[in-house]
Amino acid sequence: MTAIASPERRATRHLDVAGLAQAGACALMAVVVTALLFAISPLDGTLGFGLVAYALFLTAYAGVLTLTIGPLKRNDCLATVIIASVALLTFVPLVLILGFVVLKGVPGLTNAFFTQTMETVGPLDPPDVGGARHAIVGTLQQVGIAVLISVPFGVLTAVFLSEFAGRRVARVIRFLVDAMSGIPSIVAGLFIYTLFVLRLGHGFSGLNAGLALSVLMLPTVTRTAEEVLALVPGSLREAALALGAPDWRMVVRVVLPTARTGLITAVVLGVARVAGETAPLLMTALGSDGMNTNPFEGQQSSLPLFVFKLIRNPLEGQVTRAWAGALVLIAIVLVLFTVARLAAARLRRETR
Amino acid sequence: MTDMSEIASLEARLAVAGDVPGASGGRLEARDVSAWFGKRLVLANVDLTMEPGHVTALIGPSGCGKSTFLRTLNRMHELVHGAAIGGEIFLDGVDIYGPAASPATTRRRIGMVFQKPNPFPTMSIADNVLSGLKLSRIKRTDAGDIVERSLTRAGLWREVKDRLKTPGGDLSGGQQQRLCIARALAIEPEVLLMDEPCSALDPGSTRRVEETIEEISHQVTVVIVTHNMQQALRVSDRCAFFLADENEPGRIVEAGSTTQLFTNPRDSRTEDYVNGRFG
Repeated sequence: MTAIASPERRATRHLDVAGLAQAGACALMAVVVTALLFAISPLDGTLGFGLVAYALFLTAYAGVLTLTIGPLKRNDCLATVIIASVALLTFVPLVLILGFVVLKGVPGLTNAFFTQTMETVGPLDPPDVGGARHAIVGTLQQVGIAVLISVPFGVLTAVFLSEFAGRRVARVIRFLVDAMSGIPSIVAGLFIYTLFVLRLGHGFSGLNAGLALSVLMLPTVTRTAEEVLALVPGSLREAALALGAPDWRMVVRVVLPTARTGLITAVVLGVARVAGETAPLLMTALGSDGMNTNPFEGQQSSLPLFVFKLIRNPLEGQVTRAWAGALVLIAIVLVLFTVARLAAARLRRETR
Repeated sequence: MTDMSEIASLEARLAVAGDVPGASGGRLEARDVSAWFGKRLVLANVDLTMEPGHVTALIGPSGCGKSTFLRTLNRMHELVHGAAIGGEIFLDGVDIYGPAASPATTRRRIGMVFQKPNPFPTMSIADNVLSGLKLSRIKRTDAGDIVERSLTRAGLWREVKDRLKTPGGDLSGGQQQRLCIARALAIEPEVLLMDEPCSALDPGSTRRVEETIEEISHQVTVVIVTHNMQQALRVSDRCAFFLADENEPGRIVEAGSTTQLFTNPRDSRTEDYVNGRFG
């Protein structure tokens, strides 16, 4: 028996050390030259510095590349560099916002923040007294109500659009839904305020806030769900119909289950759309300092209202609490995202 | 042209006398069937009888209307936006487009297998087989038996009996197609329509599907569209040759027993086609 030499893998991508060194040298040169330029001229400002340095870098790098690898591959390289830097640039605000909120919010995250309300908190109390429990409960209830209203309506509308409506009817409804997604959130709040709070005399309540949020959430859920349903292969619908299924059984047993991971995404996008809304809540839930676990009656707080109220306060402790509220709001949305993603991945693994 | 199709239809009607003894299944009879997509007439004046115990193959070049004809037979044609149909189709003497018939009940009696395997991806193998019953709300207590019997008839039971709970999409293409056949057979249709069922399959799977057709043909009337002359010759007892001239609707040129169509065709175009000279 002869030993078979085990095959060796070959790398198909090579780290271009020389190329990276070129780029690095050009970047360094650009920064140094810009610094000199800014030192000897009246030019000023960080943004200007960045722009000038970037322009210099691109020019220098293009020159070097022309000399080393020729104009054709130069264009390729330059395109890669420009696209990469633009992509990086869009990433910067996200990181900055998250980092800033975490930095500002963490000091306020005391035990009391999750267990107490603001009812008995004096303006000069330290951050370990008083909290946002009432606001967290309010946000969860109001967003929950919005989900309960807009998910059934949104998904049913999407089913109607993708499965039953004729082309002309679908176009009209789609246009209306798109128009609805353009409603400014404060207008949605005003609508609920005049109709429910004033005209019907319901007063301020978490339910009214949930209604206002559902107005904003409905178009997002509908349009996303419709696009997801459109991805279900027509061959599956045909298969179900050819087995003698009535239309609605086909939708319930085949189309919706096949699209379920996408439908979860639709709901998550809807929640993300409304979780941070503040304006409509000002006119519907109004906000409160105490705990109100009954969404059907009385003023209720929410995290955006909590943040809005406290951040305008000049006192250090209140501002810290506001940042902590913002951080918790982000965390809640993030947790929802993660849970939904995990659920979707799990469903996909089960069915494939 | 018209003369030829009249002769063909006469042939088809005379063939009614040739029932296979002991065979069960439905008798499908198409009379003067035409079909439109919007304003375009794609199929004209087709007469064909598909008898119990026989496998009928529909052959012809692409775009000759044979798939459209197949889809008129279980009312799938009308699902296409703007599609229309003319003529009559009788299942055991009753017009399936008549006022008493509904598309759903018709499709329950006349099953269909598609060109590309399309098992339901969210369902297990067993649930796929039972999906027809669930979709039409037929309650059966012997679900396990139905799964075994249908998969056996489709020639898939031995390969999947230990993993009935796994997703239907995990199977290979050939197995998926046999799963679709099992799914169609589970609701015990009287007729099974197959639209190029092997065109996406490898030779081994094709052979298994053909064996399946052979086995079920005694209990179910099978109508199969195929582009493959050899397959038509292997599986079918009767054949109908469809042809469409340029900018003309498809018609039946010749219909009769498969042996006759392949060895002694009446029409020169049939002879050219079955010998691979065009199409």
